Order: sequence, then structure tokens, then C-alpha cells
Amino acid sequence: MNWIIILVVLTGLVVLRRFKLGMLAWLGVWWFAALVFVRFGFDVAVPMSVVKLYMGIVSLGLMAYVLSDRNRLKQVQEPLVALLTERSHAVLLGVIALAIPSAVAANIYFGMTAPAKPPVFGRTVHPAPPTELNVFDKEFDLVSLDNPYRHLEEAEPEEFATRVAHGREVYYENCFYCHGDLLAGDGMFIHGLNPIPTNFQDQGTLPILQESFVFWRITKGAPGLPEEGGPWASAMPAWEKFLNEDEVWDVILFIYDFTGARPRARHEVDH
Amino acid sequence: MKKKKLLLFIGPLLLFIVSGLAIKSAFFVDGKLAYRSPAAEQGERWTPREQALEDEAAATEKANREKPYEEAEYRAFPVVGSRVAIWVVSQLHLLFAAFVLAVPMFALTIEFIGYKTGDKRYDDLAYEFTKLLSVSFSLTAAFGAGLTFMLIALYPKFTNYLAHVFSPTFLPYVLLFFAEAGFLYSYYYGWGKFSARVHLFLGLMLNVVGTCIMLIANAWLTFMSTPSGISESGAVISTWEAVSNYTWMPINIHRVIANVAFGGSIAGAYAAYKFLSAKTDEERAHYDWMGYIGNFVAIAGLLPLPFAGYYLASEIYAFSQTMGLTMMGGAFSWLFIIQAVLIGNLFLFANWYLWLGMGRIEGAERFRPFIKYLLIVVTLCFMVWATPRSILATVEEVQAMGGSSHPILGFLGVMSAKNTAVNILILTTYISFLLYRRSGKIPTVSWAKMGNRIQFGIFVAAASIVIFYGVYGYFVEAAVRIKFSVPQVMSVLLAMILVTIIDVLLMRNAKSTETRWGKISPISQYVLIMLAVTFTWIMGLMGYLRSGLRQHWHVYGVIRDTSPDAFTPTLGFATQVVSVTVILFFALISFVFWLAGLSGKKVTAAVEPNPTLPAAQGLRPVGFEAPATSSVATTSGGHQAKAGSSPDSGGSVQ
Repeated sequence: MNWIIILVVLTGLVVLRRFKLGMLAWLGVWWFAALVFVRFGFDVAVPMSVVKLYMGIVSLGLMAYVLSDRNRLKQVQEPLVALLTERSHAVLLGVIALAIPSAVAANIYFGMTAPAKPPVFGRTVHPAPPTELNVFDKEFDLVSLDNPYRHLEEAEPEEFATRVAHGREVYYENCFYCHGDLLAGDGMFIHGLNPIPTNFQDQGTLPILQESFVFWRITKGAPGLPEEGGPWASAMPAWEKFLNEDEVWDVILFIYDFTGARPRARHEVDH
Repeated sequence: MKKKKLLLFIGPLLLFIVSGLAIKSAFFVDGKLAYRSPAAEQGERWTPREQALEDEAAATEKANREKPYEEAEYRAFPVVGSRVAIWVVSQLHLLFAAFVLAVPMFALTIEFIGYKTGDKRYDDLAYEFTKLLSVSFSLTAAFGAGLTFMLIALYPKFTNYLAHVFSPTFLPYVLLFFAEAGFLYSYYYGWGKFSARVHLFLGLMLNVVGTCIMLIANAWLTFMSTPSGISESGAVISTWEAVSNYTWMPINIHRVIANVAFGGSIAGAYAAYKFLSAKTDEERAHYDWMGYIGNFVAIAGLLPLPFAGYYLASEIYAFSQTMGLTMMGGAFSWLFIIQAVLIGNLFLFANWYLWLGMGRIEGAERFRPFIKYLLIVVTLCFMVWATPRSILATVEEVQAMGGSSHPILGFLGVMSAKNTAVNILILTTYISFLLYRRSGKIPTVSWAKMGNRIQFGIFVAAASIVIFYGVYGYFVEAAVRIKFSVPQVMSVLLAMILVTIIDVLLMRNAKSTETRWGKISPISQYVLIMLAVTFTWIMGLMGYLRSGLRQHWHVYGVIRDTSPDAFTPTLGFATQVVSVTVILFFALISFVFWLAGLSGKKVTAAVEPNPTLPAAQGLRPVGFEAPATSSVATTSGGHQAKAGSSPDSGGSVQ
């Protein structure tokens, strides 16, 4: 969180309470304070799609607040009616009348002169897996498939550690270029990729997936993504062509071990 | 004058004759002067071209005669295509069917209250609701017939397969449909003509038969998504197993509850329409009350709906993890963001209507300061509820976030946060309702302060439990986290039950102020209409989701869709189709409202209140207090001979 911005917004609200602002002015203040908080109150900027969503909800809430009470509605209406009808407000009205089309024109100008960008689209992060997988000349039932070495974690910890160490080697020889040194999806190739590779440190990724799902994604890569819900903009290679089965299972052990995540248990409905 | 008329008649006639002669002459001259081939000039009958045309026609005729019969798999619908045509018609059929099934449920309940309390206003209100049924039933049947014919014409192979599996259910369905028509029309036209008990029995049977029809139709559509009771090649092994497939019972439960919520909201919209076009204070009072009850029914249905939805989703997962992932994490997950925004709107509108309703109650001013805080909670929960886990973002934004989820807001996009937000939303909506209910009352019992404190303590405890499990959910794995939703829901439900019991006891012999029915702000009526539109939109969207989950299958895993429409449409296209359907539905339901208004124009006599009626107050549901006069624009005549108002008429409370 950007605490300085939050502190500034709160201080501003407290200071404004000392002035006798009308309901209409307070509506503007609250709306603007919410916008500043959402837009600049976070260390990592909130994407514009979410800013618009939040501000839409805030606007709706403020509208409900005003319209749920006749006195409040009157307090908002009165200055607006005065602005439109009283001669003393003619200059302000003129400024507003000019400001609105000017703002629209400026918006169009900046919109048209902005550098071209690829369109924003909703990425489906976890595609639906098939029920069966044909890889390494074998048929795998993805519904019941488990990591064959997962049980070693408790049964033979030393053997498990060896497997994880092997997985680490596989990862840093093949995967870290895209997925990064710390598995955060920020490898050296990231600048050439859109969308960027999966961030394994994100708690919404590995913990909500079964190991069979990860096995499918690694072995089949982008070429094996399902037709449904496309287009899949992914540069993930089909690693079945470069790794053997043990190497895939070991690298899965490693990425779960490194991030401290636990594979998702079966028959759950979460997320 | 006569000459002028004659000329007016003869003039055009002559013009017509002269024009006809001119055209005929032109064709004659053209025929004479037209070019003829030398062969034709020499009297030969056939030119080579004419001969070729003759031969071609003969060959075509021969080919047609020998053409073998072939079963068509698909036929095309002009312009919009078969899928969109079926989509729109089935959605309209379903919306009217939901309305026709829902209205009798609460009409019967209200009639029963009127019967037990002897208060004719409830009877009139129930009749007013029932008036909407007659035309809606015909439209439901018309769209049902349209859907059936279109399925047979456009998807003959698939329809044939459904008939293969479900033909034993067809005859009972038809018989039940006849029975429903019989019960519905005797319930409607028999109002005031049968004894009260017989009439209530007719209403009960209308509900029973209507629900049975829904159960059968639900079997067909749920089988398409989660088939069972068939062999690997699709042959029927057990019809009952095909009926009682994975999602049959979850859909049954979900639909019954959703129908009530939807029906209540549409009836509320009708009342709003009548309120806004009312000419007298009596009419306004009546329709204000009707709108209030419509909204009450809608919200009562809305509150348990998310939990019925969870049950349905869990059964879809249990049937196929692939289908479950497609729904919640895959191609259809974005629909849930739209759904979240719409459901958030519903909660906001519901609260908003209750706050506006306080305007009609004397003494409600003391609760006004609380609205601000309730609104803040509703808005914050709405924001959490609508926060997407995977965010629409530009390349720069994605790179800044380090993935498709935001490092902080990402925590609001998971089920722990969503469950917490929706439970707090439900609790807040209930508090708004409680404040509304208590607006016109001052408790007189000696333990009033203690009662208020206990109620406050219960709310704090329930909210604490919900928030505790919401936060704790981030520190446990998914298998444990999913089970936390149970104590969260149970604490909210228990709190609502306990607080209601305490409140009823607390308000015994309470001092009452006047409820000025009809004196509500007109804005509230637009809120009611917005509620109805939002409900309809959600039904359309979620209907598409349930059906679209099959993707390129007519019957999931059994009958593959090989038509040109065997692709998942874009979200934008789907929402456009749903929106057009919603507009069509409201155009048609406006027609129903108009017709229902016509039927009530003849008799408008108000019934004199009878102050000697027994109260039977305890039977009245919380918040159902009637206005002083509500027998406006009805034709029922009423079957309760002891019609009149109860002692608390004028908005006083039990």
C-alpha cells in the first residue's frame, strides 16, 4: 500500500470537514478521494479495468445515498438549479459549458495520439484439461493421476530431497529463462512475451492445481492447449519433446517445494 | 356534388383501364418486333438452347423422382442461425415459465394469510398477482410450442435422441400441462366463486402440478449437461437414472428458489408500473404495498440463492472436473464477474428500496444516520464481490503486477474473500430490513434496552465469525477452506433467526406510528423496475452459462454438435443475445401488464373496512402490514365473506 497517498487523502477529508461544504461538494470530494485511493493508493498500480469497475460501484453507491433521502436530493438539486438559473452564476456556467466539450475534445486527442497497443483481453489462466493424456508413449488418466514420487515426501525423505534437487537442475537448465530465478514469472525472456509466463509464487496458481494438471501443461505446452476458450497466446514449448517423464515429475516436485505450496487435493470445488 | 363524386370514381377506373390497354399494346408490339432465330422464322419448333433447357428440366425431374430419403441432422434458420434462434426462444419460454411457476407460490401464501386473518386486502392482493398469470401462461405455452417445433425442425437428430431417452416422460408432461391449465383457470376465474378452502386447494394443486412439470423439464435439460443412465453408445439403460442425473436435484432446488425471487421482482415491477400511472392516493397506497411485498418475496428468494448455486456448482465438479474448471477457471469464468456485478447491484437496489421505504413511515428519521454506514458496508462488500482474480490488463499492467492477478487485490479475488463479502452483504441487507421494520415502532416491554443489546451482540458475533473464517481461509489449503463456507453461512442464518425471534417478542404491544402507504418517493418504483431487469439479466446470463458449458456437445460426451454453430461464442456476443432477449421479455411482459390493467378497470369499488374482525396477527409474516385501503382495481369479489381491514390497518404493526 502507498501509505503516503492514503494519509494525504485522509488528511484532506479531515481538513475539508472544517469547511461548510454542501452535499454536492461532498459528493465530489468522496468520489475524487475514492479515485485517488484506488488509482494511487497501491504500490503496484491497479489496472484501469478494475479502477473503472470500482469507480462505477462507488458512483452507484453515492447515487443511492443521495436518492434514498428527499432532503439529501434537495441539497444536491438546489445548487445545480441555482447554477442553471441564477444570473450571478453566469460566468461559472459559461466556464462549465466550455469545459465539458473541451474535456471531450482532449480525451479524443489524447486517445488518438496515444501509441498503438495490443488489445486488452481476458486471459483464461487455467484451461480445462482433457480427461486423458497421451504422452511418452503412454495413456495417462488425468482424473486419477498422481505424482508417482509425491509419497516419498513422508516415506523416504532423503530420496524425495534427491528428486527435488534433480528437479531444481531441470528447472534452471530449461525453465528459468521465462519463469525466472525465483519462479515469479519474471525471467530474462519476459520482455518478449505477452502474456507473461505464469508466476509460480502467486498463491492463486500452484496451490489450486493438482499435480496432474501441471504435468499436462508441462508436457503438452502451448500446442496442447484445448480449442475451447481460445485464442491461447502462449509460448510454452511442449516439453515432452525435450524432457523425460521422471524429469517432468521431478521439476513439479521442485516448483511446489520451492514455493512452499501444496498440491490441491481431489474433489474440491474451490475457485 | 354528385357529379364530383362520380368523377372521382370514374377517373381512376378509366385511368386503370387505359393503363392496362397501353401495357397490353406494348407487349403485343414487342412480340411482333422481337428478334427470332432463322430456324424459328422457318417454322422449326426448337432452337438448340430451348432443347437443352427442356432436357435439363427432364433430367432434374427424373433425379427428383429417384432421390433417396435422407435424415437431416440439422436445418438452418435464416439470418441469425439456428443456435441464436433456439437460444432466444428457449430463454423467453423459460422466463415466462419461471414467472408462471413463481406467482402461484406467493399468491397462495398471501391468500392463505388473508384466509387466516380474515383480512380481505390480502385476498385482493393475491388476486391482483394472479391476474398476471392468465396471459403469461398462454405466452409460456406459445413459446414452449415454438421451442418444440424449432427443435424438431432445426435439430432433428438431437431431438430424436432426446425422445429416445425421455419418451416415457412425454405423456405425463402433457397430462400435467392439461391439469395445470385446468387448475390455473379454475383458480383465477373461480376467485370468489368457490368456498375459501376449495379455492385454496385449487391454488395448492396449481403449485404442485406446476412444480412437477418443472421437474420433468429439468430432467431433460440437466441430462444434456450431465448424462447418466445410458450405455457408452448412448442407449438407455434406465430412464429414472437419466432423470435423476448429477445436476437434476441441484437445478430443481436452484430453480424453485430463483423462480420465487424472479417472480417477486416481476410482480414488484408490475406494482411499480401501476404506482407510477396511478391517479388516486388509494391506488398509490395499494400498489406501494404490492411493490413492497413483491420486493420482499424477491429478496427472501435472493438470500439463499448463492448457497443453492454452490451446491449446483459442486455437483458439476463432481460430475466432471473438466466441466467445473471450464466454468470457474476457464472460458466461462468471466461470466461470473458479470454475474458478481449484477448480484452486487441486486443487493444495493434491495437496500436502497428499504431505505427509501423509510420515507413512508413516521418516526423513521431516527434511523437515517445508520444508512450512511450500511451503504459503506454494502459498497465495500460489492467491490470485494466483484473483484476479478484474473484481471483484464494491458501488457504493461500485467508486467507491473507480475502476473494476471494484482499482488494485493488478488486476495480479494478468491473464494475466502467472496464468501465473506456475500455473507456480510446478506447480514447488512437484513439489518436494513430490520431498521425498516422498526421504523414505525417504539418498544414498550421492560427489557427493551437489553433486547437491543442482545440483538446487536448477535450481529457482531455473526459478523466476527464470518470475518474470522474469511481471514483464516487464507492460511489453510483449499480442502479445508471450502468447508469454512458452512460455519459462515450457518452463523448468518442463525443470527437472522435469533434476531427475528427477539424482535417479534420485543415489539409486542409496541407503540406504532403511521405508515403512509403511497407516500414513498417515486424513485423507489424505478428501483423496483431495475431490480426486475437485473434479475432477468442474471437469469439469462446464467442460463447461457449452464447450457454453454457443454461446449461442442448436445449431450455432453454422447451426442457431439457437428453443426456450423459448434463453437463457443465470444462473451460480447453472448451478452448481446441475452440483452436482446431481456428487452424482448420486457416488451412482452409490458403487454401482460397492460392486459392485466384492462381486466381490472371495470370494478373499482372499495370495500368498507370491518373493524370487528379478529386479528390473528401472529400469522402475518414479518413486514406484511397492509395499507388501510387496498381493494383497488380488482374484480375478485373476494371469497372471504367477512372482508374488511384488520385493527392495525393504516400501517400500524402487530
